[in-house]
Amino acid sequence: MRIGIDVGGTNTDAVALDGRAVLAWAKRPTTPDVTTGILQALQAVLQQLQASPEDIHAVMIGTTHFTNAVVQRQALDRIAVIRLGAPATTAIPPLEDWPDDLRAVVAALVEILPGGHQFDGTEIAPLDPHAVTALVTALQTHGVRSIAISSVFSPAVPDHERTVAQWLRDALPDVAITLSHEIGRIGLLERENAAALNACLVSLAQRTIAGFQQALERLGIRAPLYLSQNDGTLMTAEFAARYPVLTFASGPTNSMRGAAFLSGVHDAIVLDVGGTTTDAGVLVRGFPREASFAVEIGGVRTNFRMPDVLSIGLGGGSIVHLEQLTVGPQSVGYRLVECARIFGGTCVTASDIAVAAGRASFGDPARVRDLDPAIVQHLVERIDQQFAELVDRMKLKPDPLPVIVVGGGSVLVPDTLPGASTIVRPPHAAVANAIGAAIAQVSGEVDRVFSLEGRTRDTVLAEARQEAIKAAYAAGAARETIEIVEFEEIPLAYLPSNAVRIRVKAVGDLRGAA
Amino acid sequence: MWQVDEARIEAIAIGAGILGTGGGGNPYYGKLQVRRLLRQGAQITVIALDALPDDAVVVSVGGMGAPTVSIERIPRGDEWLVALRALEAHTGKRATHLIPGEIGGANALRPMVVSALAGLPLVDGDGMGRAFPELQMESFAIAGIPATPAALADIYHNVVVFPWLRDAKTLERYARAVTVQMGGAAGYAFPMLSGAQTRATAIPHTLSFAAAIGEAVLDARRMHADPIAAVCETTGGHLLFRGKIIDVQRRLVAGFARGWVELEGLDEYRGTHLRIDFQNEYLIARRDQDVVAVVPDLVCIVDALTAEPVTTEVLRYGLRVAVLGIPAPRALRTPEALAVVGPQAFGYPDVVYQPLPGVYGAEHAERLR
Repeated sequence: MRIGIDVGGTNTDAVALDGRAVLAWAKRPTTPDVTTGILQALQAVLQQLQASPEDIHAVMIGTTHFTNAVVQRQALDRIAVIRLGAPATTAIPPLEDWPDDLRAVVAALVEILPGGHQFDGTEIAPLDPHAVTALVTALQTHGVRSIAISSVFSPAVPDHERTVAQWLRDALPDVAITLSHEIGRIGLLERENAAALNACLVSLAQRTIAGFQQALERLGIRAPLYLSQNDGTLMTAEFAARYPVLTFASGPTNSMRGAAFLSGVHDAIVLDVGGTTTDAGVLVRGFPREASFAVEIGGVRTNFRMPDVLSIGLGGGSIVHLEQLTVGPQSVGYRLVECARIFGGTCVTASDIAVAAGRASFGDPARVRDLDPAIVQHLVERIDQQFAELVDRMKLKPDPLPVIVVGGGSVLVPDTLPGASTIVRPPHAAVANAIGAAIAQVSGEVDRVFSLEGRTRDTVLAEARQEAIKAAYAAGAARETIEIVEFEEIPLAYLPSNAVRIRVKAVGDLRGAA
Repeated sequence: MWQVDEARIEAIAIGAGILGTGGGGNPYYGKLQVRRLLRQGAQITVIALDALPDDAVVVSVGGMGAPTVSIERIPRGDEWLVALRALEAHTGKRATHLIPGEIGGANALRPMVVSALAGLPLVDGDGMGRAFPELQMESFAIAGIPATPAALADIYHNVVVFPWLRDAKTLERYARAVTVQMGGAAGYAFPMLSGAQTRATAIPHTLSFAAAIGEAVLDARRMHADPIAAVCETTGGHLLFRGKIIDVQRRLVAGFARGWVELEGLDEYRGTHLRIDFQNEYLIARRDQDVVAVVPDLVCIVDALTAEPVTTEVLRYGLRVAVLGIPAPRALRTPEALAVVGPQAFGYPDVVYQPLPGVYGAEHAERLR
């Protein structure tokens, strides 16, 4: 059996899964120390099952904890950023475009040293051991404990990042080091930013993940611990403690992956209807479609691929204005249970309209009986129209697609929608996030420039695919389950040099975790 | 005469991105470098084309190479200045003014870096009024000004000077080959023009134009107005389509990313399709088989909500976009220019150039504040 846990801003959810069966689930408030909330949710699940800790084979946690730390500028380490690229790249030093308040909190030292590679793999400049030795002294003076290293074209040639990391570790065994090629793609500033954000989070990650592990130990759980990443795949707790930045978009990803799993539908639009907003995403072969723009986190530009999510201000707590006949975008939010008419309050919300229209039955229907049926009908049509527009905006083809509805406000969604082939309402939709964490797979990725010189295109493409499959296996995927889920080939424009950038991602099920 | 300040840089980067028509490289990196220089106290002065004395020595500077290289091996920062100094040393003439070769994309910003470093004023104009993939497509070359002498420089300050080549197309081939050897991106300086030549051949007011486009977008976003309408208003452009991307095909042909993107209509365009062919830049837009915009008129794809430019490299399934058609500068619509920058020059023997109605915004004085 596997345990999935979602640590959100408000609630910590835990689920127990055996194969495809959801055995038990629990929702508890998130606590400031995170660990207590996890402990309480886990205990509730184990009690429901009367299960022993030995029955658990793996625990997967999805969390927004590290994203929140960056956004709130809290518990961040002071860092050094070392770029290997001189004499190139000096036009724009590291952290140049960071918000002043964040840079003031974290930046201790920024250096550009000789190193890095050209697009064809030749060195821009050899590494300079003397410069690194001088740097060690500066790092000691500043008391820096966490360092990010970036190197030009390191996604293709990581050697310089690795060598300098080794030199620094030899001199300063206790420092934490983040290598840009392990977390980002081509695009030096954005990858370096991601590495630097990661370096800021290392102490917090070590503490938080140690807390996760203590919670498991207190319950006698010895199963391996994984954390979910932006792309819906897993990393080990040890890796996550070094690369917390990779958890940044795991929330919406887990929700969509959970929806796919619970419904068995892999190509669909997912509507996650909360109290204040509805988030729409698209599943393509069971994975969220990615957004294509650079994504800013806490004001910092990164080149993570994030799920393409569109949000509108419509949820269960959306406030209804009976005079203007509008719904939302203002919401009573989590105060729904005190403010809504059906719960004894005075405010008319989208939930009240759903109950008055006979679409849902909860609270006290008698308290909305006085609403004019014609007005209720009109408001229901307004709500349906907003959902229909949202679905249409996410679609790629005019053909109808299944729509999977999850989240606490899912009763608002009608049983038919223009553009939807069916409306799927899976069981356990309230804990789709935790289920998404529990079912996550592991992945391997390749993103670099390949030369076509003297080789056929097919040979090069096959080589790239093999590399991705190998990386997935190394990350813990069961070999027979590995498949290529993404493939992108981008020619290097304006250059007659027969080179092509190839990005391949392979994923597979975790070995030994049924 | 005006000074470039931080607010203007933000605006110019957006305007240059839109005028990049999908190519030309991302202005973001140049913006950061110029902003940094301004914060260190640099002055960047822009003078009107008309104010240029006959005996001025004007040099066009910029970058050549692959955007994929430029976002990873970002510049040393003075490659363009080193190329300028090499050209000066070769000719024995000192530059008095600088002009962008290409206002679309990254090359709108690089002359500002050189201006800040060398203390030379910029001329308010450029050689394209947009972005194009090749050197012979500059208005200077189209008007018959020799492309050489020309200089290229790299991150090591290696310099290659071409004292004489027979024409701009030959320079394009040779310079491209040297750029590959320079690591896929290089700084260039050419041609060197007199003030009189510049006034006669440059596309006027385009730096002000890029700034005005960006300011219109930023103002619209601030006031929650429609930034796409604001772009049309400022550029003299037309909204051609609103839709979402449903297919993208790319292939590499002789070093250029060629391909096409297909959009399905939304809102008033529902039920129709638009297909745009590109070769680094967007070239031809067809709505349900009818040609609606053709190079050298500018075909621009922008984000449907923010008007943020969408380059050919980030085209992806599902993006919701607006497509704009902006009339080309007058100088690009002559028969001589169309032979170099019209549909035939891009490999479309059967497409007839039908000019979009209206005037390129920079040639419409009231549009520039």
